[in-house]
Amino acid sequence: MPFIPHTEDDVRAMLQSIGAASLEELFDEIPPDLRNIQLEMPSAQTEMQVMRLMQQRAQADGEYLSFLGGGAYEHHIPAAVWQIATRGEFYSAYTPYQAEASQGTLQVLFEYQTMLASLTGLDVTNASMYDGASALAEAVLMAVRLQRGPRRVLAPATLSPVYRSVVRAIVSNQDIELIELPYTPDGGTTSLDSLARWDGEPVAALIIPQPNFFGALEPVHKLTDWARAHNALAVGVINPVAAALLQPPGAWGEKGCDIAVGEGQPLGVPVAGGGPYFGFMACKQAHVRQMPGRIVGQTADTDGKRGFTLTLQAREQHIRRSKATSNICTNQGLAVTAATIYMAMLGPEGLKGVAQACHANLIALLQRVTAIDGVQRRFTGPAFHESVISLPVPAQELLERLRDDRILAGLDLSSDYPELGNALLVCATETKDESDLDRYAQELRGALAPIERTAAA
Amino acid sequence: MNVPPALRYSDTHEWARLEGDGTVSVGITWHAQDRLGDLVYIEVPPLGKSFEKGQACAVVESVKAASDIYAPVSGQIEAVNAELASSPEKVNEDAYAAWMFRIRPSDPGQLGSLLSAADYEKLIVAEDH
Repeated sequence: MPFIPHTEDDVRAMLQSIGAASLEELFDEIPPDLRNIQLEMPSAQTEMQVMRLMQQRAQADGEYLSFLGGGAYEHHIPAAVWQIATRGEFYSAYTPYQAEASQGTLQVLFEYQTMLASLTGLDVTNASMYDGASALAEAVLMAVRLQRGPRRVLAPATLSPVYRSVVRAIVSNQDIELIELPYTPDGGTTSLDSLARWDGEPVAALIIPQPNFFGALEPVHKLTDWARAHNALAVGVINPVAAALLQPPGAWGEKGCDIAVGEGQPLGVPVAGGGPYFGFMACKQAHVRQMPGRIVGQTADTDGKRGFTLTLQAREQHIRRSKATSNICTNQGLAVTAATIYMAMLGPEGLKGVAQACHANLIALLQRVTAIDGVQRRFTGPAFHESVISLPVPAQELLERLRDDRILAGLDLSSDYPELGNALLVCATETKDESDLDRYAQELRGALAPIERTAAA
Repeated sequence: MNVPPALRYSDTHEWARLEGDGTVSVGITWHAQDRLGDLVYIEVPPLGKSFEKGQACAVVESVKAASDIYAPVSGQIEAVNAELASSPEKVNEDAYAAWMFRIRPSDPGQLGSLLSAADYEKLIVAEDH
């Protein structure tokens, strides 16, 4: 093993020092049937052979034209973002907890927090969470802690099924009741009428997605005001690119949202294989003591020079233990660093420009596909960068045919929303140009054509 | 040794004082605030909520620790000291004047089973060794 520096003499001396006869003896509490398991591994290859293999695999998989959204979004990432983020000072900095964190790391996190506060329109943010879904689960736990009484949380069916599932997994054994709210069949947004059933009942929080899983824009002002009028906390789940164009959670309703969370991946983090991403969380100042995660603050040293430090640490696990605000301690600092550089490069106007381009592309895509017989928008009303289209055939069939043509055509909604029938969630970000949209429409038309002819006959 | 003789004490460093109206005022001792350091935040119990003797009902947070405060007697919270929300340092300044909450005891006998000033003094001397 070339990467372990100990010689046999070193090992022997260490074993002697601790009184062990052999290395195997150190593992003797592991049952024999679990030790020395032989793995079926191919023989070792050289670095050159492995690189060739990976290149062949990549070529075989090919490049897809992606119209797939549903929680992770393809955006253009300026080359400078990862050039800077992969600098050794950021890339391989050791776990940045208080004592070891460099001022540089803390400053980047402080800048990130400042940008997110500006984007969400709320007072405080933390230095990130594991991902959007678990950030929402943490927000639910936070809301219940803040309310000190009601343990019922209303979660719209228009919230991502993945997020609902993660929240359920995390809160189900903590005596918290999750109630699903139905959506309007025409608009695909949370039914305001369905809220009436909860008048007078104690509700800890109302979750408000914007945009929702269908890409539709929810009536966030009415929903936030309902929450406030019923002593429930409003928890917004937002897309950070959309937030540059739409009203931020801090401006929802009369008094704004209490807590806002979301997935930070669209801000300069590649879609990759589903991760690593990062979750963001922001809240009103009054709630800050119950907010989980690290928080970086600005302070002055004994010479009066500005410095940065982790603050409000008493809420965290190493001090509060089982009563801490969270048990998750995964650090997504590198993804956060990339997002900070991305936001710094684009600025609020640039990010708004990205959002506008996404919106324009979605409208153009929808115009092209709804011109095809049998294809319609499933929901009326405004949408941001993705929307649901109804098809004359099951979405799965279409997806397979279009995948053969190297197009990822969208997300089949039939397993999570069977009531929608043959429905496909299609997404168009700023990465698409006219020829991509034309190609999509053409391929879709071609894939549906035989069905049209049969129907007409 | 700052341990007023007229008060009663718990072994978790709360002091308790029976008031004229039958409620019991509760705070933390001089010894407790000294060990915690500068207090930055106090989370008082919710008004009207009932607690059992020994149950955690409040939290004090200093720059280096967050500690639970335990109800020295069973009962219902009748009042909380709103001043401490904006000025937690008052506890460091005068621990025995800075009452945190007033609880109406469900069992008045419980007050008698708390530590006397002399017993509390012995406790902190033993703990510090």
